[in-house]
Amino acid sequence: MPTRPLLFFAVAAALALGCTRTEESKPAPGGSAAVPAVAPDKSNITIKGSDTMVILGQRWAEAYMKANPGTTVQVTGGGSGTGIAALINGSTDICESSRPMKDKEKEDVQAKRGAAAVETKVALDALAVYVNQKNPLQEISIPALSKIYLGETKDWKDVGGKPHAIVLYGRENNSGTYGYFKEHVLANKDFAAATQTLAGTSAVANAVKGDLYGIGYGGIAYLEGIKALKVKKDDAAPAVGPSLQTAQDGSYPISRFLYFYTAGEPTGGIKKFIDWTKGLEGQKVIGDVGYYPLPSGGVTTPAVATKDAG
Amino acid sequence: MSGAVQADVPTTFAEPPPLTRKPRRIERLAEFALRVVALTSIAAIVLILVFVAREALPVLTSEIVQREVSPRMMVAPITQADGSSDFVWQPVSDVPKYNIVPLVLGSLKVTLIALLIAGPFSIAAAVYVSEFARRRQREIIKPVIELLAGIPSVVIGFFALIVLASWVQQTFGTEHRLNALVAGIGLSLAVCPLIFTVSEDALRAVPDSYRAAALALGSDRFQVITRIVLPAAMPGILASFVLGFGRAIGETMIVVLASGNAALVSSSIGLSTRTITATIAQELGEVVVGSPHYHVLFALGALLFLSTFVLNFMGERVIHGLRRKLGMA
Repeated sequence: MPTRPLLFFAVAAALALGCTRTEESKPAPGGSAAVPAVAPDKSNITIKGSDTMVILGQRWAEAYMKANPGTTVQVTGGGSGTGIAALINGSTDICESSRPMKDKEKEDVQAKRGAAAVETKVALDALAVYVNQKNPLQEISIPALSKIYLGETKDWKDVGGKPHAIVLYGRENNSGTYGYFKEHVLANKDFAAATQTLAGTSAVANAVKGDLYGIGYGGIAYLEGIKALKVKKDDAAPAVGPSLQTAQDGSYPISRFLYFYTAGEPTGGIKKFIDWTKGLEGQKVIGDVGYYPLPSGGVTTPAVATKDAG
Repeated sequence: MSGAVQADVPTTFAEPPPLTRKPRRIERLAEFALRVVALTSIAAIVLILVFVAREALPVLTSEIVQREVSPRMMVAPITQADGSSDFVWQPVSDVPKYNIVPLVLGSLKVTLIALLIAGPFSIAAAVYVSEFARRRQREIIKPVIELLAGIPSVVIGFFALIVLASWVQQTFGTEHRLNALVAGIGLSLAVCPLIFTVSEDALRAVPDSYRAAALALGSDRFQVITRIVLPAAMPGILASFVLGFGRAIGETMIVVLASGNAALVSSSIGLSTRTITATIAQELGEVVVGSPHYHVLFALGALLFLSTFVLNFMGERVIHGLRRKLGMA
């Protein structure tokens, strides 16, 4: 009997060592021998990334699969960072991202996949500032918004609302929306510790819907039952509400592009799919989901098509 | 691999007596299969422990990680720009801050609330079911309470997020809609069936002769329960709390959804709070493998693992000691 535990631990130790070794040997081949970046003529396309874009991606996939029988397009979310990591690891063909890739991430794609990360702008999103329907406030300036999220302004009365403590809602730190807001509104300073981080834009929208004194931010597509504040670039600038026109002409201060990333220039089925999303049909889907089509100037491929899509 | 080698053992060593040849072989095979299954689960635990420890260790050993975060920085307060000092968890920042104090306190706070709510309820229910309920009542109440354990935690979390949070804010006027209290109540729903079942079993295990003796000596029913049955069942009840603590502190989905996840250090239960588990769940998805942030998250995981392990171990010892003292070993 006393030999039994010994035998077991020997087995466990052997297994543990085995694991260690395989894990250590993995990165080496991945680093040197580059995985073929994009397989030609793929009829099975995987897309992963931004939670903001996951519904958009799914609508695109449905419409594209309907138009191209025999092609499968799989779309999953997880956050822009998750998608970029997947692109680096080679576990997705296309990465959806609601923020541009960082230089470090581009280097990683180059190193692990042996091809440069190629960026394609596919849609426009205006980042809306959510408040409860019953909140009397109509507009806010970027500096004031920044102070609220940095925790320096703590009461609605300081920005022209009814006196009550402001309740901050935001996204968890793997979200592209989090990164965008931190960079463009907070000038890369840290969010106030009291910011509640919720999983997904719909959770933020839902929280603001249920909280009279809440404030949140997220995609323009989630405005059901809540109000989007007009935004002023600074205290002197005019207040601009998020809309197709203001996002496309750049007068709404917190609008952003939504991106596709591939490792290497897209080819074959993947190129066909990406071109399709930028064409007439693809850009029409964007409007249905609640985001904005690309301004015609930003499109390199069929420029005529996007004009009609608006 | 070792499994394949072992698979030959029973056939080569089988020396069954002529008459019972067939059943014996099957029995041995079955015994072997069961042993492999049992050892596999233990091996899985050991392997997970090894994996977590290996990923957590660079926090103590790696120079690259230490440049960004030292173990001291993980617990000492940070002096802010305005001179005040604070415990800050801001891993995605120009100057990442990895102070785990708000997370540890958050986990303990939520767990404590859950146990304070679930404990009295579950034990009262257990006393009722074991001491007062008729057989038919017991056969309805016990399975129904145990059914609570079968509700997926994401469902409880969603219920807490949508329904409970509004109710709590309206009733208690909490500052944040999602807060430690909401998460604690949600958690207590998950912990209740565990504390109830284990306590009820412990109460039922107290021999009827104890009750009979107490009643014969003139005790009333209340005295029998408070002076005889509850003390005798105390080891089991303590065990139920230890198990409940482990369940609550390790629970993730409910707290992710219901606690609001703001890393605040506060004694108020009406403010949002962030737990260790929610932090790992929210941040591990994106983090760059091998970065200081990644290793700190694993260190948090190791801390969680270690604390439940130590607690279970200590609980086991206490229970064992108490049992011996009560002559029930």
